[in-house]
Amino acid sequence: MTILNRILLLLTGLLAAYQIAVGIDGLATLPIMAYTIAFGILLVAALLLIILGFEVLDSPIVVIASTAIPLCLSLGLVWEHFAPYRRLYLAIAIAGFLAVLATRLLPLRNRLPVVLLATVHGIAGLIIFLLPILLSLAGQARPAFSLVGVGGALIGAGGLLLALLKAGKPLLSHETILKVLPGLLLLMMAAFVAGFALG
Amino acid sequence: MKTLLAKLRLYWPLTKSLQTGLLLSTGLAGYMSARCPVTHWYDFFGLGVSLFMAIAGSTILNMWYDRDLDSVMDRTHHRPLASGLVAQQEALRLGVALSIPGVGLAAAMSPLYGLIVFAGLFFDVVVYTLWLKRRTCWSIVWGGISGGMPILAGRAFGLGTVDGIGILLALAVLFWIPTHILTFSMRYFDDYKAARIPTFPSTYGFAVTRATISISSVIAALSIGSAAVLIGVEWGFVRLLAVLSAGLLLLATASTFRPSERVNFGLFKYASLYMLSAMVLLSI
Repeated sequence: MTILNRILLLLTGLLAAYQIAVGIDGLATLPIMAYTIAFGILLVAALLLIILGFEVLDSPIVVIASTAIPLCLSLGLVWEHFAPYRRLYLAIAIAGFLAVLATRLLPLRNRLPVVLLATVHGIAGLIIFLLPILLSLAGQARPAFSLVGVGGALIGAGGLLLALLKAGKPLLSHETILKVLPGLLLLMMAAFVAGFALG
Repeated sequence: MKTLLAKLRLYWPLTKSLQTGLLLSTGLAGYMSARCPVTHWYDFFGLGVSLFMAIAGSTILNMWYDRDLDSVMDRTHHRPLASGLVAQQEALRLGVALSIPGVGLAAAMSPLYGLIVFAGLFFDVVVYTLWLKRRTCWSIVWGGISGGMPILAGRAFGLGTVDGIGILLALAVLFWIPTHILTFSMRYFDDYKAARIPTFPSTYGFAVTRATISISSVIAALSIGSAAVLIGVEWGFVRLLAVLSAGLLLLATASTFRPSERVNFGLFKYASLYMLSAMVLLSI
């Protein structure tokens, strides 16, 4: 891993640490927990990438951790901004996570694991991408809050690149993906931090 | 001037600067956990100087005594003492010249603080290095106790007394040290074997060593987390500490159930980063 990649990942980790320690203060208990898990996974992932290199992405736990990130971010957003759907989405998030976890632990040979993973990521990703932008457009949040949606789009792009790479149908070459990943993670994290701080 | 710089360049590796720096950071964090924001800068400066001298001095004395072991280990045979770049008597004089004034300055600043700094030096040099290191793998417990002394000393200096939080912080360092040392003794297993130093991996095997690392990581994380809450660290920083602790536990678990050289050394590096981060968070 190049020095530049290490610096980009370190900055990503520092931004995630800031967001956990300072950026989510004052929210309700459940969004704080959900955001802490999401940004916490990003922080630990950045540190592990620096220490262990890109090989860490081959670990089976990556699929589970990368599912928890969008689920927790979307849960936090729904809990804060869509009060009537809080319990429903909490149930969906928990069920989705447990289902993905089960498909990773059980020796299933059909397409269910992939379909389930795509569905869970799709629902959570759309919420993170669209909800902040729609709230900003509707005037229910400041315009800068739409940056959270930009962060959602970037994390979705990163997740898609990695998922297709793992599925053996990469959009970009392995080397290119690993080259752009640290920069993508930093941009995503910066968008989240700015969106939450200014929105 | 050139001669002096050349000497300093030779002496610096004798202090194991990263290890000394990490232990120094625990001492400063212990003080700041009791006295934050720092208003008495002369106290803080004195604390830093006395701790640095005592820790670096005891490290040099260890290296002086273990020079025969260092010379047969691949990892350490190039060290200034083992390779003959620094004379034995010169290193011994340097170790004593740093240790005694370091403890003396500490005692002059506060007798209780001086006593704890002296205890750390005594446990490290006499109990750990001279007495137990070549006899039993359990010597690391005493190494751990001496490693916990700087943070206890720093807090005791800040408060003027030894309290439960200080002991909890010292326990955190004590239980963090196996994570740090045992991962190292697995990585350099052949080196330690060649030097005939009893280690956990050579005495109990790798599986037991990994389980020990996991258990001690859990206790270290719980101790440091409890101390942070009792000190009254802001919740945001407690959250961050919990996340970093989760990372430590994740790596320790991975090292136990999916052992590999990469994960083992990753845990070693992460453990150092974890301790430094925890000290920063306790100091804010």
